[in-house]
Amino acid sequence: MSLLEIKNLHVRVDGNEILKGIDLTVNAGEVHSIMGPNGSGKSTLAQVLARRDAYEITDGSVTLDGKDLLAMKPEEAACEGVFLAFQYPVEIPGIGNTYFLRSALNAQRKYRGQEEMDAMDFLPLFREKLALLEMDDKLMSRSLNEGFSGGEKKRNEILQMAILEPKLAILDETDSGLDIDALRIVANGVNSLRNPERAMLVVTHYQRLLNYIVPDFVHVLVDGRIVRSGGKELALELEEKGYSWAEPETAGVGASAAPALRRDGARA
Amino acid sequence: MSTDMNVVHELASREYEWGFVTEIEEDRIRKGLDEDVIRMISAKKQEPGFMLEWRLNAYRYWVQQERKQAEPRWANVRFAPIDYQDIVYYSAPKQKKQLSSLDELDPEILRTYEKLGIPLAEQKLLANVAVDAVFDSVSVATTFKEKLAEIGVIFCSFSEAVQKHPELVKKYLGSVVPHTDNFYAALNAAVFSDGSFVYVPKGVRCPLELSTYFRINAQETGQFERTLIIADEGSYVSYLEGCTAPVRDENQLHAAVVELVALDNAQIRYSTVQNWYPGDKNGKGGIYNFVTKRGKCLGRNSKISWTQVETGSAITWKYPSCILQGDNSVGEFYSVALTNNYQQADTGTKMIHLGKNTKSTIVSKGISAGHGQNTYRGMVKILKGAEGARNYTQCDSLLIGDKCGAHTFPYIEVKNSSARMEHEAATSKIGEDQLFYLQQRGLKTEDAVSMIVNGFCKQVFRELPMEFAVEAQKLLSVSLEGSVG
Repeated sequence: MSLLEIKNLHVRVDGNEILKGIDLTVNAGEVHSIMGPNGSGKSTLAQVLARRDAYEITDGSVTLDGKDLLAMKPEEAACEGVFLAFQYPVEIPGIGNTYFLRSALNAQRKYRGQEEMDAMDFLPLFREKLALLEMDDKLMSRSLNEGFSGGEKKRNEILQMAILEPKLAILDETDSGLDIDALRIVANGVNSLRNPERAMLVVTHYQRLLNYIVPDFVHVLVDGRIVRSGGKELALELEEKGYSWAEPETAGVGASAAPALRRDGARA
Repeated sequence: MSTDMNVVHELASREYEWGFVTEIEEDRIRKGLDEDVIRMISAKKQEPGFMLEWRLNAYRYWVQQERKQAEPRWANVRFAPIDYQDIVYYSAPKQKKQLSSLDELDPEILRTYEKLGIPLAEQKLLANVAVDAVFDSVSVATTFKEKLAEIGVIFCSFSEAVQKHPELVKKYLGSVVPHTDNFYAALNAAVFSDGSFVYVPKGVRCPLELSTYFRINAQETGQFERTLIIADEGSYVSYLEGCTAPVRDENQLHAAVVELVALDNAQIRYSTVQNWYPGDKNGKGGIYNFVTKRGKCLGRNSKISWTQVETGSAITWKYPSCILQGDNSVGEFYSVALTNNYQQADTGTKMIHLGKNTKSTIVSKGISAGHGQNTYRGMVKILKGAEGARNYTQCDSLLIGDKCGAHTFPYIEVKNSSARMEHEAATSKIGEDQLFYLQQRGLKTEDAVSMIVNGFCKQVFRELPMEFAVEAQKLLSVSLEGSVG
């Protein structure tokens, strides 16, 4: 059984169809990249998988470890192991970073029937992950993301991911707003979290990030459909030739070609 | 609204936990207000002549005001006219004789306070809190009185202070809030039946948190208590009040007056957790909380801090204020006011700078949910002689849902050009963005809302004494349940 199986997913926002039949299979241990131009539906896909409520699902199914993901509330999906690193992490005044992280971890542990972690047990884990992301622990005594620079916010997302240890990590445009040093640190953090039990979905529209986080598979999303799938070299080809190259001559060709490639990829 | 928000909405049906009625024999007088009623109240309390005169004076002033229909109407609250002749102005639990110890207190009343989580039996008390309990109109028990008396601190009911310390009462009663101050202050001065009295002598740092717990029990009664706290030179006292009332369909009036006086180098911290019955979710019933609270920093280097967490009452009309008369004196106001369902609050503060180098800080956090209307109204006045005065004001509003309202009316009057004023204001909405973010990390909707709101109020909570900060946080979560939708 695959970790994530998306079948014929159709999604509307305010009456407009954004996703027009997505098929995607992700196995544990794999890193898939979703690339596509602005407005192609990448972020919508990420948010739907994290169970944001603003979307109307008109057709299709999504399972996580065989469970119906679309029937879950956001907090259930989170507790089942879906983590979304946000493109724009929100600031919440008055909530300490450390307190928030421990509350989130404990909410998830409780859901899974594990014992809650007290501050004493939490601290060493927390320090270890802070070091991994080269973060200053002064930041942690501040309120959640408040006054953080763009890069600090993104690092904080990966820190949260490192502590929550999800089964499926979705990175939504994690590279946007990062300078080259921050990008390297974030990518190191992400790479250190790659393991045979965990899958990642890396959403980006630049190839740059994929030099650092090297995907096993690349899918090209255009206008709500996956028009091409391939290995990591597809990203380079895209960079060179542009998204218009990836778009099918006719809808029929793209629609039939893409799933075939995807299946090859998934088996590899 | 999203289904997640609806989940919270469903929790709304939770009832007011403190709404029970205690069955007890009452000594109550007839409804209505006239000079005879004032005389009756004064006689019941066996007051000296000066008190009766003081009351009658206030009453006559109030009658004029009522004729002129001078009930304040400028506040941003709506309610039907109050029939002042339809209220019972004195109701007391019947006691056979004077109490000499807590053991003689009616066990029903003891049980009431236990249910409220305020055990009066001294051995069960938090080691550092002394409690004065006011039941309807009278103070029924004051704990730790003897222990405090050893260091010269007087903490007793107002009635007792009138009997035993008439010179202090005469000197300070009405010195901060005169009966002419406003309509409700006049009414209170005429009919107030009890309250708390505190005197901290020179140089004494009161070792206990002093606390009053107000409970309205009887039907059709108003509660009109009066608190007077005097901190003599170089002393310190921290005082907390809490309030609850049974669930009743009709509105009940609570018109209290609090006066604080701080002499040279003295400090008073006054904290309130107000949880009067707010009415049901359709806005029926609830307490009208029309309260005048003011502190006077009479002495040099004195300091008065008001911290309030207001979650109850159908209508709140309340402006705990500071008159900064002594040079270098400091006034502070930290407030969290929450309105849910059909609650209305018009609350804030006045900082009147008279002395040189006086400083004031205002931090107000208004939370509106349901159909609640929340108004901050604050005045900062720097008078001519207040050389080097400074004020910092921050008022923030948080909106939950789209049927509530937040309003801000800051008034600033500066007559000395050396003054420094800062004003910050912000209005935010608990966004779906914030909620989704917290949920995506595994937190349930109600925990997420509560976390956001507590974060919003943090600046105020940290001003509360520890035990009460925890209580206030819990109260806020309970009061907010069902607010998102």
